[in-house]
Amino acid sequence: MVKVYGEIPTRFGYGDGLVELGKKDERIFVLSADLTSSTCSDRFQKSFPDRFIEMGIAEQDMLGTAAGLALSGKIPFVSTYSVFVTGRAFDQIRTTICYANLNVKIGGAHGGISVGPDGATHQALEDIALMRVLPNMKVIVPADYWETKKATMLAPYIDGPVFIRFGREKVPVITKENDHFDFGKGIILKEGKDIAIIANGLMVHQALFAVEILQKKGIFATVINLHTVKPLDKEMILDIAKLTNGIVTAEEHQIYGGLGSAVAEFLSQNYPIPIKIIGIKDRFGESGKPKELLEKFGLTADHIVRECLKVMEMKNGK
Amino acid sequence: MEYPIGLSIIELKKRAYMARKHIIKMIYLAGSGHPGGSLSAIDILVALYYNFLRHRSDEPDWNERDRFILSKGHICPALYTVLAMTGYFPVEELKTFRKIDSNLQGHPHMLKTAGIEVSSGSLGQGLSIANGIAMSLKYDKNSAYVYCMVGDGEMDEGQIWEAISTAGHYKLDNVIMIVDFNGLQIDGKVDEVKNKNPLKKRLESFNWEVIEIAGHNLKEIIDGFKKVNSVKNKPVAIIAKTIKGKGISFMENKVQWHGRAPNEEEFKKAMAELESGEEHLDAI
Repeated sequence: MVKVYGEIPTRFGYGDGLVELGKKDERIFVLSADLTSSTCSDRFQKSFPDRFIEMGIAEQDMLGTAAGLALSGKIPFVSTYSVFVTGRAFDQIRTTICYANLNVKIGGAHGGISVGPDGATHQALEDIALMRVLPNMKVIVPADYWETKKATMLAPYIDGPVFIRFGREKVPVITKENDHFDFGKGIILKEGKDIAIIANGLMVHQALFAVEILQKKGIFATVINLHTVKPLDKEMILDIAKLTNGIVTAEEHQIYGGLGSAVAEFLSQNYPIPIKIIGIKDRFGESGKPKELLEKFGLTADHIVRECLKVMEMKNGK
Repeated sequence: MEYPIGLSIIELKKRAYMARKHIIKMIYLAGSGHPGGSLSAIDILVALYYNFLRHRSDEPDWNERDRFILSKGHICPALYTVLAMTGYFPVEELKTFRKIDSNLQGHPHMLKTAGIEVSSGSLGQGLSIANGIAMSLKYDKNSAYVYCMVGDGEMDEGQIWEAISTAGHYKLDNVIMIVDFNGLQIDGKVDEVKNKNPLKKRLESFNWEVIEIAGHNLKEIIDGFKKVNSVKNKPVAIIAKTIKGKGISFMENKVQWHGRAPNEEEFKKAMAELESGEEHLDAI
C-alpha cells in the first residue's frame, strides 16, 4: 500500500518555508504581484511586513525589483502564478537575472492542469520548459507539502536563480518531515528491475499507485522522484537505465521541454533505451475539477501503467 | 580613486571632448555600435561621474557608493568611456570593445566589466532594478542614491511605467531617473513613433519631482543634479533635452547614426571636428 499522510496543497509548503526562512535569515525578502494569499506569501507578510513588498499586478517590474534587491545582497523570493511569472516576465528572468546569475528565487504557484476551473489561461504547462532552457537557472518541482517546504528553505543557499514550481490543490503527502531532500538528487521510492518510472510533482504519487497495479501483472517497477529537473541527476538516471532498460516519465506539463525531455535528451546521447513521456500532449488545458482534468488529460496511475506496458513491449522487441 | 572631485565647467568640457573621441574611436574600431545615443548622453555622464556620483574606481563594490544603472544598455560606449577615464580599467582596453574575449561586450555585462552595476540591453528594465536597489538601501539605512538613465524611445516599454508607478507609490526619494530625451529612435522621431509628451506632466502625475535641463549645457546639468538632494518623499526625474549624435556635425539629429559605425573617412572627419573643438576650448 502507498503510504499517504493526509492531503495538503504544496503551496502551503512554500508559505511555511518562507516563514521559517524569514526567522533565521534577515536577507530574505518576499515580493508579490497581487496574489499574496493564494501563493501563501501572506504567512511571511504577517510575520515580516518590513521585508514584504507588494508590487501590484506588475510581474515584469517585480522581477526587476527583485534583481535590484539581489544586487544589494538581499535574497528575494517572487511569488505569483507560474504561468505569469515564467511567461510575462521571461525576458526579465533571462536577461537581467540569469545572465548575471542573480540570487533571485522564483515561487511559481498554481502550476499544472490541476489548477482546475480557472482554465487554460491560468494553467502553467510550459513553465518548466521555459525555465529549464535558461543558463544558470535551477528548476525544482517538489512532490508534496514537505518537499515544497524543504525546496523553499534550500533555495536561498543555492547560488543564483532558482525556480520552484508547486500547485494549488490538495495533494497526498507522501514524504515525512525528516526524509532526506537533497537539491539535484533524485529519490528512489520503489525498487524494481523491469522498468523505471521517473516522475515529479503530483505525478509522483500517481507513479506509486501505478507500481501497485503493475505488480499485480508481475512487473516490478522502480519509481524515482526527480524533484530537481535542472541540474539533472545524471548518475541516478544512467544507473537506473542500465538496470531497467526501459523508462516512463510522468509530469504535469507539456510533453515538450520538461522532465521527460530532460531525461530523453540525456539518455538518447548516453544510453539509448525505450522511453515514453507522459504529460500534456501539445494542447491547452480547460476548465474542470482538478481530478476530472487529470483523468481527461491522461495524468493518472492507469495511464502510467498503459505506457509502462508499451515500453515493456518495446524493450522486448515487439 | 574616490569621486566626486568637483571639476570646473571648463575641465568637464575638456573631458567631454576626450570622451567623445574615445566613443568615436571605439565604435570605429569595433565596426559596429551605437554612436547617436552615446553622444547624446556623454555630457551628463561626464558631469555625473566626476562631480556628483559618490564612487571609488579602485573599489567598485564600495558599499557607500551611489549606483548608476544604464537602462539603455546600447549606449555603453559612453559608459565604458567614463569608467575607463575615471580609472575602473585602462583606457587602452576600450579598443577591445565588441571583440572576441573582450571585457567590453556589445551591451554591458556586470560579470565582465568593473563598474557595471547590472547587465542590460533588453530595454525597459533598468528602473525596476534601480527601485529594488533603492528599497534595499533604505532598509539598510544606507544614504546612497541610485541613478538610472533611460531613453525617451525606451519609454515605449510598459515596464518603465510599472517602475515609475512603483517608485512614486513607495516615495523612493533615493531614485533619480535621467531621461536622455534626444527625440529619435530607430524608426524615426519619438513624437511620431510614440509620443511621450507632456512627459513632465505624466511623471508628476505619478508623484515624481521633475527637473528639466538642457542636456549638453554643463551648467544646467550641474544645477539640475544639485537640486536632487533637496527633494524628499518623491523620486526625481531629470528630463535632459539632448541631441542625438551631439558633437559630430554630420551625426547630429540623424536617425541613421543610432546604430552604425563610421567608415574611415567619416572617422577622420569626426575626429578632426572634435580636435578643433578641443583647441578652441584650450584657447579660451
